[in-house]
Amino acid sequence: MPERVDVRKTYKLFLGGDFPRSESGRSYEVMDSKGDWLANASRASRKDLRDAVKVARSAWSKWAGATAYNRGQVLYRIAEMMETRRAELVAEVAGAEGKRGASKQVDEAIDTWVWYAGLADKLTQIMGGLNPVAGPYFNLTAPEPTGVCGIVAPETPSLGGLVGRIAPALCGGNVVIALASEPHPLPAVALAECLATSDLPKGVVNILTGHTAELTPWLASHGDVDALDVTGVGAEQLADAERAGADNVKRVIKGSGARSPYEATAFMEMKTVWHPKGA
Amino acid sequence: MAKWEYAPAPESTDIVDIKDTYGLFIDGRFVEPASGEYFKTINPGTEEVLAAIPVAGQEDIDRAVDAARTAFEKWSALPGSQRAKYIFRIARMVQERARELAVLESMNGGKPIKESRDVDVPLVAAHFFYYAGWADKLAYAFPGRRAEPIGVCAQIIPWNFPLLMLAWKIAPALAGGNTVVLKPAETTPLTALLFAEICEQAELPEGVVNIVTGAGATGQTLVRHPDVDKVAFTGSTEVGKEIQRAVAGTNKKLTLELGGKAANIIFDDAPLDQAVEGIVNGIFFNQGHVCCAGSRLLVQETIAERLIAKLKRRLGTLRLGDPLDKNTDIGAINSRDQLERIRSLVGIGVEEGAELYQPACEIPDRGFFYPPTVFTGVSQSHRIAQEEIFGPVLSVMTFRTPAEAVTKANNTPFGLSAGVWTEKGSRILWMADRLQAGVVWANTFNRFDPTSPFGGYKESGFGREGGRHGLEAYVRLAEVR
Repeated sequence: MPERVDVRKTYKLFLGGDFPRSESGRSYEVMDSKGDWLANASRASRKDLRDAVKVARSAWSKWAGATAYNRGQVLYRIAEMMETRRAELVAEVAGAEGKRGASKQVDEAIDTWVWYAGLADKLTQIMGGLNPVAGPYFNLTAPEPTGVCGIVAPETPSLGGLVGRIAPALCGGNVVIALASEPHPLPAVALAECLATSDLPKGVVNILTGHTAELTPWLASHGDVDALDVTGVGAEQLADAERAGADNVKRVIKGSGARSPYEATAFMEMKTVWHPKGA
Repeated sequence: MAKWEYAPAPESTDIVDIKDTYGLFIDGRFVEPASGEYFKTINPGTEEVLAAIPVAGQEDIDRAVDAARTAFEKWSALPGSQRAKYIFRIARMVQERARELAVLESMNGGKPIKESRDVDVPLVAAHFFYYAGWADKLAYAFPGRRAEPIGVCAQIIPWNFPLLMLAWKIAPALAGGNTVVLKPAETTPLTALLFAEICEQAELPEGVVNIVTGAGATGQTLVRHPDVDKVAFTGSTEVGKEIQRAVAGTNKKLTLELGGKAANIIFDDAPLDQAVEGIVNGIFFNQGHVCCAGSRLLVQETIAERLIAKLKRRLGTLRLGDPLDKNTDIGAINSRDQLERIRSLVGIGVEEGAELYQPACEIPDRGFFYPPTVFTGVSQSHRIAQEEIFGPVLSVMTFRTPAEAVTKANNTPFGLSAGVWTEKGSRILWMADRLQAGVVWANTFNRFDPTSPFGGYKESGFGREGGRHGLEAYVRLAEVR
């Protein structure tokens, strides 16, 4: 028996800035890279998902309305929070996927936030522009956020895969409901703890752990979800998810894994504004 | 008020040469359909039969897609500078044959000749001219990425702007190095088939553009064809959703330009006479058969009475009738089905308690016509405030504050366009930020240009047409390593 019994962490959902257990009271067993029991993670329900969409929608206008400079600073703050908790994140990734590559994965995830932090106020200039219409009109096009984005994160890399999808969505002013890697959800919970201590407004990112095959159909068919990132959707579920998304003409996005302004604009709409010129 | 009478000024139809029977345009030739089936296309302004049009069945679609696939190899390998010259040729030939195209467009679709002559056809030529120039500049279009052709594009277009929608689809596809199988709408196939002749005259390589005619079933067969790499559709939200379902789980790239229920928002400081012209153009342009039509008028409460009085007076001066008459403002409804749909929704509007206004106006004995219609006393929950009518029917609502105007404007599943009328610049920009619409027209409405991206938010679809953004719908962006 140890001299001091260590205090274990309860792994919970991240919903509206809070850390609740699943309303369903369910959990599931999470194994380490060797197949040994690691922890019990919350197994989110359809109701948790609906709650997440609701808080995300109400958080949207403030986040979308923030200045690009401000969003960039918040994204940079996330990188700062992750850097200070780097050892913990590395331990979680190593526990999930093994020691090999764990610290590199965390470093890259942090650097991904820095990359998108610096992109936030460049996006409009890179992707928008003035259109030389054949008439006396001022005409410009600029990207705007799509809205509430459902993201099914890939199973691996457990942390890098999730960050690689959330960061471009946030960069453009969207709000997110992310389904974490089902076999390796614990790094996502550690990420949520970093997000909670950054300056990200409550509800802008919501992270659910659980059985992705159970939750994906509800995310795909939810009428108040505007875009669906299917990067982590299994081949056997992909067609059904895309079909369900058609009910409200969801934008279906597949991530490439690269850091790129195109990853950000995949979660955005182009708006064109006209005005006559005249004295 | 003095009423100006206009003598009839019909455009001559001598310039068009309509065949009795048409073929499918596949692999550079007009061919009989394997299906052996034909349907009749009519003039909706007179109900006269114009020609017999083939129905493309599975076998015909297979041939067209095969032709496009074979042509893709050479077309995509052709230097962009040479592809550009073919597209420039097409643009020039559209200009050369402008009158013929305009007259045929009005005969087959019912739109006023002054619109097909002054709006549709010039924009068609401009669109080809614009995208021609992109064909050899793809390397500059998407920083950090290499734009590669996608392959065979299946394109399905609506009946409201038959030739213009063809141009919006074909021009960027060809510039991007793709080949095309295009299906025009069932009721308006003739200008697309005339365009096929232009492709022949331009000596566009065989199979680069294929035109297949038919109804919904033909479109479904085309969209589902396994050798199609890209699907582009303009039409109703309902059919758009079906297409999105049909391509689910495939690698087909998809763009959708669907319905709308645009708010045209008039503030109390707006220049009212200009606003009235904008409202009229917004909803009565092309008989209201416009996906981005300003079909919901939101007027600030303090000026509602004055503005509506002006609007009603203006309605009395609109000339409805023969689409080929150069003085006609409102032409024919595109089809009997569409006329029935408009009648039915107007009936529902009356039943739900909105107040109907239609100016006294003579309706021709033959052809499909519907008078300009304004509903006042409309509430947000009324079906005429929520559903796309796609006809000359305006639903008027009022608001008090800018915030209320935004809330009401955004309160539909659609998000294609919006209009804002005010003299206050800061308010225009504030509104433009908040309106969920792909196109915002401030102190103007229904303006189009090949350089200006067009497309929707929400259930109005995704992807853009026009401009550099429209090119993105027709290329794959490869990472540069």
